[in-house]
Amino acid sequence: MIGTELAIVGAGPAGLSAAIEARRAGVDVLLIDENARPGGQLFKQIHKFFGSRAHKAGIRGMNIGTELLRESENLGINTWLNGEVCGIEDGHNLWVVRNRNKSEIVKAKKIILATGATENAVAFPGWDLPGVMGAGAAQTMINVNRVLPGRKVVMLGSGNVGVIVAYQLLQAGAEVAAILEAAPKLGGYGVHTAKVSRAGVPFCVSHTIKRAFGTKHVEAVEIVELDSGFKQVPGTERILEADTVCLATGLTPLSELAWLAGCKFNFVPAMGGHIPVHDDKMHSTQADIFIAGDISGIEEASTAMEEGRLAGINVAAELGYITEDEAAARSGEIWENLNALRSGYFGQRRRDAKDSMLQKGKEVIEWNIH
Amino acid sequence: MNRVSNHPILEEERSSREVQIFVDGKPVMVREGEMIAAALIANDIFINRYTAHKHKPRGIYCAIGRCTDCIMTVDGVPNVRTCVTEVREGMKITTQQGTGIWSEEGRQ
Repeated sequence: MIGTELAIVGAGPAGLSAAIEARRAGVDVLLIDENARPGGQLFKQIHKFFGSRAHKAGIRGMNIGTELLRESENLGINTWLNGEVCGIEDGHNLWVVRNRNKSEIVKAKKIILATGATENAVAFPGWDLPGVMGAGAAQTMINVNRVLPGRKVVMLGSGNVGVIVAYQLLQAGAEVAAILEAAPKLGGYGVHTAKVSRAGVPFCVSHTIKRAFGTKHVEAVEIVELDSGFKQVPGTERILEADTVCLATGLTPLSELAWLAGCKFNFVPAMGGHIPVHDDKMHSTQADIFIAGDISGIEEASTAMEEGRLAGINVAAELGYITEDEAAARSGEIWENLNALRSGYFGQRRRDAKDSMLQKGKEVIEWNIH
Repeated sequence: MNRVSNHPILEEERSSREVQIFVDGKPVMVREGEMIAAALIANDIFINRYTAHKHKPRGIYCAIGRCTDCIMTVDGVPNVRTCVTEVREGMKITTQQGTGIWSEEGRQ
């Protein structure tokens, strides 16, 4: 058994930011990630981030990742890579399988779950063929692993992930046959959508995939128009030649450990589904468990980093490394950043959903813990 | 070859050592330290396994180690997630049938 003051599960943008804040305050931190390399999904994000300059806008995600790693190395944060957290017990004990062959129990005074999210699937005949994959999967292949998983791609979903990955597929040398959107209007930020559009990629709103054809691999895709009730309109089918289908149809928080720990949940469709109830300090309904990043609602790396900092600062305060007043003052600044990131046409919806979650969280957590 | 090069944003990859692995007994050259699934795609191999009952082909799906669609038998150990497992020189990789079979080598 290994003891630590703070164990953080997940070394993506949220987990790294939490680790950095907590370590700076003096907390003994153990950062655990199941992957061979830290950084989560930052290194596949080769586009420039949004927000104001204070939020690292204009910097590419991969460079933010490098910056975070450098900082965490400078602080000497104890990091376990290839460490899969498979269980959580009594709200403090983590069962970690290290290097896929050795079990270790970590006894932590505080835990931050920054486990991230996984891509949603859409089922249609042929969706299980090689060549059908998550848009994030294609992004990982081209930008991190540097191989092209296909030559001609049909993208399902026109949200930010759909348009950004479509553009990055073009940059990697693939062709994008079409971007389909089930809704009657496009879902992504204008600047990304416009870039793909200028590159000549056709957009088909009110369309979805009816089936994918192929025996060993995708060879063609049948698309179909949808009516206002999202029902397929017979007779509107078209065949697109393609060897790859990318699904950019949203993400779901990876919340298994929070369920295991007995955290209470809310169902919030606007934030990706079941979300652990939490307050404005990123405290869950379990006394010593905090959450940060996509597990607390699907957003972006920029908000995940701010939430990670919130969790790190408030853990440091609970452990007595900084005063409550200092934690409150610094949390206030972070909340200003978060509110700024959650503004505008796309951000407001997330802010409203988050506000209502936090309101509920405040009541539940006060009743449960304080 | 399906390598991404001449990229407008990403720098050229640092040239890593080429190593030999074996896929279904055939020698294949890959880059040391890359993920198995990526090494296979670079070599035009898109089928990682066949399902147990209907023997349908499966390839990568999530590429971050969550979905287990890309599992293969590696050095005699079945159900290895190839998208998050790095290649090693001399590695023996087998297209997996169903849930796969442990070999003597894999048990060690």
